[in-house]
Amino acid sequence: MEMCADPSTLEGFNWWICYLTTGKQQMFYASFGTVLALLALTAPVVLVLGFAGAMARRSRFLPLNWLGAIYTNAVRGIPDIIFFLFVPIAMDQGIEYLRHKIKCPDVTEPIRQGNDFVVCAAAKMPLGTSPQWVHEVYGFTLALVAFAIVFGAFAANTLYGAMKAVPRAQLETAEAYGMTPRQVFWRIEVPQMWVYALPGLSNLWMILIKATPLLFLLGVEDIVYWAKELGGAKTSRFDYPHPDWRVYYFGVLLIFYLLMTWGSEKVFTRISRRLSHGQATLGGAADAQVTA
Amino acid sequence: MSMTCIETIQSYGLRSLGIGERLLPKTDITLCDQFVLIGSGLIWNIYFAVFALAVGFWIATLVALGKASPNPLLSAPAKAFIFVFRGSPLFIQFFLAYEIFVLIPKVGIDINLGFTTITAETRWLTKAWLGATIVLILNTSAYTGEIFYGALRSVPKGDMEAADAFGMSGFRKFRRIIWPSMLRLAWPSYTNEAIFMFHATALVFFSGFPAWRQSGDALYYASYFADKTFNPFVSYPIIAAYFVLCTLAIITLFGWANRRLNRHIPVAEKAKFRFKPQFIR
Repeated sequence: MEMCADPSTLEGFNWWICYLTTGKQQMFYASFGTVLALLALTAPVVLVLGFAGAMARRSRFLPLNWLGAIYTNAVRGIPDIIFFLFVPIAMDQGIEYLRHKIKCPDVTEPIRQGNDFVVCAAAKMPLGTSPQWVHEVYGFTLALVAFAIVFGAFAANTLYGAMKAVPRAQLETAEAYGMTPRQVFWRIEVPQMWVYALPGLSNLWMILIKATPLLFLLGVEDIVYWAKELGGAKTSRFDYPHPDWRVYYFGVLLIFYLLMTWGSEKVFTRISRRLSHGQATLGGAADAQVTA
Repeated sequence: MSMTCIETIQSYGLRSLGIGERLLPKTDITLCDQFVLIGSGLIWNIYFAVFALAVGFWIATLVALGKASPNPLLSAPAKAFIFVFRGSPLFIQFFLAYEIFVLIPKVGIDINLGFTTITAETRWLTKAWLGATIVLILNTSAYTGEIFYGALRSVPKGDMEAADAFGMSGFRKFRRIIWPSMLRLAWPSYTNEAIFMFHATALVFFSGFPAWRQSGDALYYASYFADKTFNPFVSYPIIAAYFVLCTLAIITLFGWANRRLNRHIPVAEKAKFRFKPQFIR
């Protein structure tokens, strides 16, 4: 904006207008999009991983069953933040290790040399010559995988429980109609399990929302990063000098998260009313009474 | 210069409290170094969890009673308290609290204990041992308050009628009838809360609160080693193992309490512990 050309002459309302529209402020606003993108991209991956985990736990093939049990149980005893710190760096080293073996087979020196992890230049992920945005997308993707792995395990627990909660009589009826186990699973059990899974999944969504500030720890420039960056005291050397405003910036983040969880709860109450309509559960019965 | 593992324990066993060797190992990091220092950091996690749970338990009881109160002057603040602390990430709460504590003027407040006077310094609030503990206490009070409130509403009507028939009222009825029933019903969920409160302590030194003189919790040292050795495959599994062991210890301890709370209940109706992830921060 034209009037913002010389910030030192600004006062009052105009100062605020100009301050709140600086390039850095706009990056702060955009970082809310990063958080929402993470939520939008993680949720489907979490559901798929959760479904796979639940299927693995039901599997009669023992190694697969054990794998499912270990996967779903690991998150119970270990804080999620440890996974968030471990998974991205472990994945990164794993990928570089494999690329090194494939792309530079003639390098004989070991990859781990004391406290260093040395791979050839061609195996670097992303390549040293890649533009900045590739590095950012790569970092964000690793963060996304870490989130998906942790929350996939929670979703697997929820979906496994929900599958077991479908009334036995429903499945027996399907069997009596001559359906194969596969048909019973896909046509009867899976469609009916969602209503049992919903409370757990809605909780999971809330936890996922509340876990998004941890993106900051993974080096992603998210809302916490910008709140710290912009909130810190700015001396008169800056265009818009101000004292330490971090408390207000973090206050804004707190309100953002409260609105997110509050709004989500409203939506889930709606969905749950919709889904339990006509189901043989207390909710469904209560619903029938209200509409009758 | 290499040390035996016994020497390592002697110099680093209490390093997280600032006792022992000042400098952290930088080169030639052994497996023993990692086990000892990460274990040393675990003292902080246990300290945070024990204090938060011990104080939060009592505040949570008040919060639950407040939310259940017919008086809006009591129920509205209780509801708002629960909403704010359960609806926002603990990570943000740490940051915000730290910034607020930094802004509080640095003064000493004399507290007269009758036999002696101690001076409480407000600058302690910016230190993790006090500031982070306060945030964790408030946080667990909100989560536990909601659990207790749910349990309070499920106390069997018959129990209340029996109490009335015995002529109990007021605090006696609460102390003898409502509170034990509430605890019994809440206990499986409360066990989950205790587990995830313990897990949440790993966030302290990664949020606003700085580690003073490199005295941090288990995760602080685990990530220190992962950075220094550039190898995440040793220190993170070690801390994971420590946390799994502590989680099992919590389940065992709370299981004893659960059996005691349920000893008069027929087997089929006993409340059982089930894993519920909704108490994750």
